[in-house]
Amino acid sequence: MQARIKTYCHIKDNKVYLNGQLHFESEGTLSIKDFLKAVYKHLNLKYTKFYKMDEISKLGFLASEVVLEHANNERFDESGIGVVLSNSQSTLVTDKVHQVSINDSANYYPSPSVFVYTLPNIMIGEISIKHKFRGENAFYIFEHFNTEFISDYINSLFTDQKINACLGGWVDQSAENYEAFVYWTEIDGKTENAPEHTEEQIKRLYEIILK
Amino acid sequence: MEELIEQLKVQIIEQLNLEDIEPDDIDPEDPLFGNGLGLDSIDALELIVLLEKEYGIKIENPKDGQKIFFSLKSMAEFITENQKN
Repeated sequence: MQARIKTYCHIKDNKVYLNGQLHFESEGTLSIKDFLKAVYKHLNLKYTKFYKMDEISKLGFLASEVVLEHANNERFDESGIGVVLSNSQSTLVTDKVHQVSINDSANYYPSPSVFVYTLPNIMIGEISIKHKFRGENAFYIFEHFNTEFISDYINSLFTDQKINACLGGWVDQSAENYEAFVYWTEIDGKTENAPEHTEEQIKRLYEIILK
Repeated sequence: MEELIEQLKVQIIEQLNLEDIEPDDIDPEDPLFGNGLGLDSIDALELIVLLEKEYGIKIENPKDGQKIFFSLKSMAEFITENQKN
């Protein structure tokens, strides 16, 4: 049975899009920190652990929240829900914050709460903890969003019956920019009208707000 | 002691990113962990760093942490005692 993409979210340039439609826009241009806080407030989430996350984890977490609000994921057993994300920068922004705290041996105070976010798969952990997902998960680093790899990898997990549904996508942050594209794909006979989970469809949906 | 407690409230809120909490929301005698502020194990490590960075106090025996970090009041008492020495 063909997996299909049921819902997807883009976050970039102070805007949140759901299924290609503008879902939220901040008033004026905000820093990534203030923008993500505004999105959190807009979504009316009550999850204080959010404030402890680094920026890229917040970005991936919020994109996932927007998607999962419309995914009806409760129909699936959590042990069969996977999370496969990717980006180009790993956690470089947070890595640099940590580096600054250990540069000076005479003033050596690394922050444990910064250090724990110096791995990109922590983002997957945050999403999985909130929703109790226990399926296969992985985080990959590519120069650009590798739709061929992501589609092949997730489809192989479906074929091998490791998962029945999955969050996939691209969550990236550099010093100058940020971008998230997260989608929900599932094996479900009731979503025949949804796009198939193929490289071409993932690429089309990823680029949909650029047009 | 009261001044130190108020200072600790501000430092803890900032260091632990407790953005939804105001200094007045924290009762100095409430537990910091568990049912109190709901801090976790990473927060405990941050409190150890805070004591060393801001007050120059190292906790020599990790087992003492449970008593020292029971509440804001116990933290302030520990700082006061150790800064006198």
